[in-house]
Amino acid sequence: MPRVKVARKSTAIDMTAMCDVAFLLLTFFILSAKPKVQDPAAIAIPAATIIGPIPEVDFSTILIGQGKVFFGVAGDDVRKKTLDIMGDKYKISFTADEKNVFSGIESFGVPINQLKGFLDMDAKQRTTIAQPGIPTDTTATNELYDWVHSARLADKYLHDKELRIGIKGDSQEEYPTVQKVIATLQKQKIDRFNLITALKSK
Amino acid sequence: MAELDTSGGGGKHKGGKVRTKKKATRVDLTAMVDLAFLLITFFILTTTLSKPKALELIMPDKDEKTHDQLPVPESRTMTLLLGDNDKLEWFVGEPGKSQPSVIGYGKEELRKVLVDQDKAIKASHGGQGMIVVVKPSAQSTYKNMVTVMDELNITGIDQRAIVDITPVELALLKRDNLFK
Repeated sequence: MPRVKVARKSTAIDMTAMCDVAFLLLTFFILSAKPKVQDPAAIAIPAATIIGPIPEVDFSTILIGQGKVFFGVAGDDVRKKTLDIMGDKYKISFTADEKNVFSGIESFGVPINQLKGFLDMDAKQRTTIAQPGIPTDTTATNELYDWVHSARLADKYLHDKELRIGIKGDSQEEYPTVQKVIATLQKQKIDRFNLITALKSK
Repeated sequence: MAELDTSGGGGKHKGGKVRTKKKATRVDLTAMVDLAFLLITFFILTTTLSKPKALELIMPDKDEKTHDQLPVPESRTMTLLLGDNDKLEWFVGEPGKSQPSVIGYGKEELRKVLVDQDKAIKASHGGQGMIVVVKPSAQSTYKNMVTVMDELNITGIDQRAIVDITPVELALLKRDNLFK
């Protein structure tokens, strides 16, 4: 009696489609990922439990670390416009090259009279030098006040939106520096800020 | 597809003609798929986890011209004085009249005090909540302030403000060795 043979199927699966999908997703994630920007000062942010997301556009971040204050605003176009307004205010004319360099810097901490020299350095030098921080000494009209004010004007002009301010402070920073920054912001009627924090469990 | 049928001419050649055997061009993609998914996992995890978050802080309007502020009853006001070495002291009412107590920022200390005092004040003032005034000294850290604001969020005390410390309160901190 002839035995009925069950035809054995190969266990190899065609992986082509799966491979295609995987690489498509991989490409998407690589392209959508933003490179992490190095902060000009080492900052360990404190943690809080009840926190919300922060906007990615129309947002300005003030970094506070080691007693120094750094300023940054989101968006290349806003940064360029901010520098224009600041240049007008302090009677410093920046060249097109310097404006381009400035529009690529996420955050910086040099007084405006040293800014030209800072922008003329090459990218590697800029990351290695110790930045002195933006002057906040007299709260009447200090440079931080003008930077924030100019950024708000620039954002209003370009996007017609209200600029939101975030404070990213180092955990161990003593309160007076934070107080100076908050006082500077309140001088221009900004009473709402986002304190950038990490998430912790209750 | 990854394979092309090029494996023709297997065993039925006639006339003794020797043909070179063509190998199948099928490639094993398993390892490649493994690698791709590994990288995808890595990118998903790194992109979503590094999203910064923020705690919203609303400061009272500092405009000197506003005169429409309501007087705040002292008996409902709790003052937190933030000192150095991650310690703070608190009291209810006017400074100097009630004895302040020194506590830490932990769950068992600050949060417990906030909840208990809020309950006590609600009971004695007919459901009106507690008002918390946070006064960070020059030797407290930014982290202390964030922790206090976060604890106030957790306990649901909405009436709070960050105010500059007064000399009387600074003297209290000095007396309790929380300020040098």
